[in-house]
Amino acid sequence: MGLALVLALIVVAEDQDQGVSQRIFYIHVPIALTAYFCFGLGAWKALLLLWRGEERYDLESYVAIHQGTIFGALTLITGSIWAKASWGHWWLWSENQLVLFLVLFLFYCAYFMLRFSLEEGSRRARSSAVYALFGVVLIPVSFLAIRLAENLIHPTVFTREGPQMSGSMFATFCIAWAAVTLLAYVLYRVELAGKRLDADLRELREVLQ
Amino acid sequence: MTQGQYVAAAYGAVFVFVLVYVAIIAAKLARLQRETAELLELARSRERLDRVPDYAAPVRGSREGATGTE
Repeated sequence: MGLALVLALIVVAEDQDQGVSQRIFYIHVPIALTAYFCFGLGAWKALLLLWRGEERYDLESYVAIHQGTIFGALTLITGSIWAKASWGHWWLWSENQLVLFLVLFLFYCAYFMLRFSLEEGSRRARSSAVYALFGVVLIPVSFLAIRLAENLIHPTVFTREGPQMSGSMFATFCIAWAAVTLLAYVLYRVELAGKRLDADLRELREVLQ
Repeated sequence: MTQGQYVAAAYGAVFVFVLVYVAIIAAKLARLQRETAELLELARSRERLDRVPDYAAPVRGSREGATGTE
């Protein structure tokens, strides 16, 4: 992460078109991709729960979606700051790709409302899993909206001809992406271990009391 | 705000988010550590209580037997 920050903020050359604000790209895009990945992972674990019926997938799906929501919130925050710096607006409701990402984010926020409104047990696990699977449909829609947008205010860096940036910029982006993915993985493992330990301790307390 | 300040704000927001997340996890770990210590103490006190009747019963019986023969 340190290397990614040094490369993104100091080493890599400034973009000729956007200037210094383009440096937000190295944190905004990896975070957005990690949010998509976390939501996808949550849906995958939900599918495994429904398929195999193993209880552990419920917690794994929940933690992955929780991570996705955190990274989703960061995507919206960094994206808004970048938008203000580059376009002069914090938010544009006319931009489909922004609104679609917000819809995806709010959809997964509602996942927690559903989850915590039900009593703990297999019913809650299955309802949450079905909801998480519905949400995964929005991921490709949100991702492709950036490419299908007609007015193209939101920049499209990765096209069929490859990344539209210099080699050093692309290398910096890859390192930043790897760092953010690693951070997400560590946070996922720590949160999952904490939740499992919490559940085990609750069970142990019930046995002892 | 200058463009540089916007960049600082974006990276700062990510840093603050991660910091808050780590603080929440650290607080949770501290709570789990406390709960583990409580449960350990509870298990130990249970163990002590379980030991007493097993130990006391034969002693009481042997004393009664001893007084009976006298």
